[in-house]
Amino acid sequence: MRLICPHCGERDRREFTYQGAAEILDRPSLEVGNDDWADYLHLRENPAGETKDMWYHDPCGAWIVMHRDTVSHAVHGGELALEVRK
Amino acid sequence: MANIVARKPCEGLLPVMIGSVTLSEVVIEKMASVAPFKGKEGAVSAALKEACDIAFPAPNRTSSKGDARAVWAGQGRANLIGCDLPDLSGLAAVTDQGDGVAAVKIEGDGAEAVLARLVPLDLRAATFKRGHTARSLVNHMAASITRLGPKSFEVMVMRSMAQTLVHELTEAAEGVAARG
Repeated sequence: MRLICPHCGERDRREFTYQGAAEILDRPSLEVGNDDWADYLHLRENPAGETKDMWYHDPCGAWIVMHRDTVSHAVHGGELALEVRK
Repeated sequence: MANIVARKPCEGLLPVMIGSVTLSEVVIEKMASVAPFKGKEGAVSAALKEACDIAFPAPNRTSSKGDARAVWAGQGRANLIGCDLPDLSGLAAVTDQGDGVAAVKIEGDGAEAVLARLVPLDLRAATFKRGHTARSLVNHMAASITRLGPKSFEVMVMRSMAQTLVHELTEAAEGVAARG
């Protein structure tokens, strides 16, 4: 499996660490209720097809939102988490 | 009072010559990592240009002038080697790394073949040119790999990994040499 770092380009899977779904970036505000926080912490989509998840590129230190396809196993590209969260 | 003797990271391990490659230590006297604060990238680069005549490097690139050089060291960070930094307070996080790294120069006809056994990247001259650097792995160990010349590279790891780095490079070089 080859993943894409926005800084370093296409790299081998062994250079990356998986974190989880990219929904983790959409943190709710502190004002919302417990239900919304529980959803944010515990509920995840289980998509067949296009998915976005968080990967850490260990040698360069970038958090990346990776666009992948869980059906075809294609890796479409990555965005820097710090730009997605702007 | 203890008598403290300064030792280089690869002291007693290098230099070695195996087949067509030579491994030798790159002695780093001065080095600092510079991580510009958000929005201060331009100001940091200008200050470095003014003081050391080198710009803050783009990702996967190095810049150099005389003995001073800047090596990209990951997202938003570069290592400044061999130069006296200007005052960057308010502009960047600066950390002294002078005692923190081990750097090995690998040179010779077989240098690319040796690194090909350890690094999951195409380091051949057509794609990895002089002035290019990469953050990647040397076997299981995070490293910074920089091309110094047509047949020479610098591999930099954390100082505590010096012996492991020499071991990995030696073993790979022996493998390449054994194939003739």
